[in-house]
Amino acid sequence: MKLVTAVIKPFKLDEVRAALSEVGVQGITVTEVKGFGRQKGHTELYRGAEYVVDFLPKVKLEVAIQDELLDRVLDAIQKSANTGKIGDGKIFVFDLKQIIRIRTGETGAEAL
Amino acid sequence: MRRILLSLAAGILLGLALPSFAEDKPADAASATAAPDAASGTAAAAPPAPTEPFMIEISKINSGDTAWMLSSTALVLLMTIPGLALFYGGMVRKKNVLATVMQSFAITCLVTILWMVAGYSLAFMPGSAYLGNLSRFLLNGMSFVAGQKVSVSHIATNVPESVYMMFQMTFAIITPALICGAFAERMKFSAMLWFMGIWSIVVYSPIAHWVWEPSGWLAVKGQLDFAGGTVVHINAGIAGLAAAIVMGKRVGYGKEAMPPHNLTLTVIGASLLWVGWFGFNAGSAVAADGRAALAMAVTQIATAAAALAWMFTEWLAKGKPSVLGIASGAVAGLVAITPASGFVAPVPAVIIGIAAGIGCFYAATSVKKMFGYDDSLDAFGVHCVGGIIGALLTGAFVSKEISGMEGSVLTQCWGVGATLIYGFIVSFIILKVIDMTIGLRVTEEQEREGLDVALHGEHVE
Repeated sequence: MKLVTAVIKPFKLDEVRAALSEVGVQGITVTEVKGFGRQKGHTELYRGAEYVVDFLPKVKLEVAIQDELLDRVLDAIQKSANTGKIGDGKIFVFDLKQIIRIRTGETGAEAL
Repeated sequence: MRRILLSLAAGILLGLALPSFAEDKPADAASATAAPDAASGTAAAAPPAPTEPFMIEISKINSGDTAWMLSSTALVLLMTIPGLALFYGGMVRKKNVLATVMQSFAITCLVTILWMVAGYSLAFMPGSAYLGNLSRFLLNGMSFVAGQKVSVSHIATNVPESVYMMFQMTFAIITPALICGAFAERMKFSAMLWFMGIWSIVVYSPIAHWVWEPSGWLAVKGQLDFAGGTVVHINAGIAGLAAAIVMGKRVGYGKEAMPPHNLTLTVIGASLLWVGWFGFNAGSAVAADGRAALAMAVTQIATAAAALAWMFTEWLAKGKPSVLGIASGAVAGLVAITPASGFVAPVPAVIIGIAAGIGCFYAATSVKKMFGYDDSLDAFGVHCVGGIIGALLTGAFVSKEISGMEGSVLTQCWGVGATLIYGFIVSFIILKVIDMTIGLRVTEEQEREGLDVALHGEHVE
């Protein structure tokens, strides 16, 4: 099992979610985060006090999947979150050791 | 220590007041009998103008003027709660917003009582050229007898004294509340209450007396201050500078980001200030007449001119016109037109507005950066500097046709100078004394945690 984490531009969330649905992913967790890579921030000015704001708002999504789905999921995320401009984000893949469904106690593949 | 100080303060006030209880009734009776005597005397001799409050028949009250004054009083109170509370509240970091609005709200409550106890008397009763007497201690003598008589202030004989007292109370409330902008995000609540309480009696009432009570030395000198450019704004602003200097900069100032957490609140606050200011300026005519109407018009015109001036200056100098900028420009215009509102015509109002918009922009940005003091919300930059610009230009633009009065920039300098010097020195002393006894600032940990949680045990999500 794998945990796929992706940091994307916030306005791309709906598209990514639709693309994941199409490849068969049923659950997703989304967090609002801040971050930067190569994308530059901006300057804000309050009565003469200048602030350089490095951190940009992003969205982090996490999906737990079967190994077989990995390539299709990576492809779906990468294509739907892409704008071609700096700041599109990154996808991280983690090995997932265990999953448990809280309601029933099911584990492993049954819990996905 | 606090209990000792409290008992001492109460003892002093009572000690000063007790003799005046005896004085009061004979004085009222004397002026009540003096008027009929003078009236029944020879027609050629006009009665001397009253120099203290007196009783009149209720039919002599002007109901139109009274209605306007009641409304103005409500408008000016709205300027503090929630106008100023929100204006300042939106500009601080979220962890301090409750503490900031608490300051305006608590000062409203505190000054209401202090004004009623002694502040009104010390400001608006005759006494010496420097301070009123305490014959209106606890508003003693200010009365309304149903169906018969009501007391009026010698300063405003067309409206009941209680509404004049109330109107002036709202000014006494907003002035200390303005000072809070200078020490935002770092003052102890207890120290703030002590400072504002003492300041209201020892700085606000005397200066109000000097300028607005007819026997006050600045009034006698011909100082023109229609609605409080000197008494309120220069006064609050210079006290703010004293506080910023005594208390020092916020932890992390200059290094850490401290942007406003919610400018929507600030704009709501600025808007309430603007609309409420019609009560402040037009209400200072103490009449529902042409002068009040003109004061309302010049107030609007100067404010709009100042807002645009700040906005365009910022746009040119910094690249973007900001919301905080236009709101600040509007407030600067409101401040500057305050002393001038009953004395100037519309075109000079535009000039006053532009001067304040540009002047305060530089005071709040470049000058502050140059001298390095942390006047967090620009109490000095907007209120003191705006007040000085307005006070001096009042001397330049006063119209005898509109106001029946004359003045000059030179005369205005007396009031500006006296307020700056007395205000700064006495505020400085009060602050130092409080610092040496209970301390003015919160600890660094409290400042980092946020005053809402540290001082009030509450937070906003």
